[in-house]
Amino acid sequence: MPIPIEYYLVLSAFMFITGVAGVLTRRNAIVVFMSIELMLNSANLTLVTFSSYLGNPVGQLFVFFVMTVAAAEAAVGLAIIIALFRNKLTMNIDEINILKW
Amino acid sequence: MSLELILFILFAAVAAVSGILMITRSNPIIAALFLILNFGSLAGLYLLLNAQFIAVVQVIVYAGAIMVLFLFVIMLLKPGHETLVSKIIGIKTFSFAIAALVFIQLAYLIFFSHPGSSIKPDVAASINAGTVETIGRELYTNYVLPFEAAGFLLLAATIGAVVLAKKKFQ
Repeated sequence: MPIPIEYYLVLSAFMFITGVAGVLTRRNAIVVFMSIELMLNSANLTLVTFSSYLGNPVGQLFVFFVMTVAAAEAAVGLAIIIALFRNKLTMNIDEINILKW
Repeated sequence: MSLELILFILFAAVAAVSGILMITRSNPIIAALFLILNFGSLAGLYLLLNAQFIAVVQVIVYAGAIMVLFLFVIMLLKPGHETLVSKIIGIKTFSFAIAALVFIQLAYLIFFSHPGSSIKPDVAASINAGTVETIGRELYTNYVLPFEAAGFLLLAATIGAVVLAKKKFQ
């Protein structure tokens, strides 16, 4: 593997930062969710990179479990968004503030 | 310039650019499609890292199942374009500045600590670590309890999603 490991790590950091910026700037609840998926994927990339460079399969097992959690999170989160949309007819997270005192 | 480096630059550029386009498009359907492109290029990067199983799972589970779920919900709810930016003035510049600052910090840390000097890549071990056989063996021997817990988590998420999406709370 002639590619230095730093390249993968910097790409992963960049994708994570893109996800952070998306969460902070976007107002649509579904797009915020997709930005969270982007952050999860950048963490996965780091795990696979180290797993591959160290020749140890445990990092890839963790990616498998992260994917399970991401699938569960997406299913429950989208169900919550549907329930909220029924209630408030909006997906703007500035207007969804029923838990705010 | 080796073929591997060319492929890495190609996939990395597609992943980075599609990520940026994902957070800047105002139409959520187009954002979701760019996210699928990002996941596809990540699968290519996993193949470059000799992680065959994870690459296939990335395409099937992420780009396939999860993003189809997202697209279904987007098209069911039909949110349209995002018009209202935010009530807080200047949140966009502020958050991009914070993100850039954190990225510079991370990149500095990565290049300063220089992990490549202490990690000697072993291609044979790396190829062996990414096969379905190795991962399956680990999953069903040392990690069988987390595996069962993952199955239980998925069951709980399925029930939770059905209950949440069905209930009409008023």
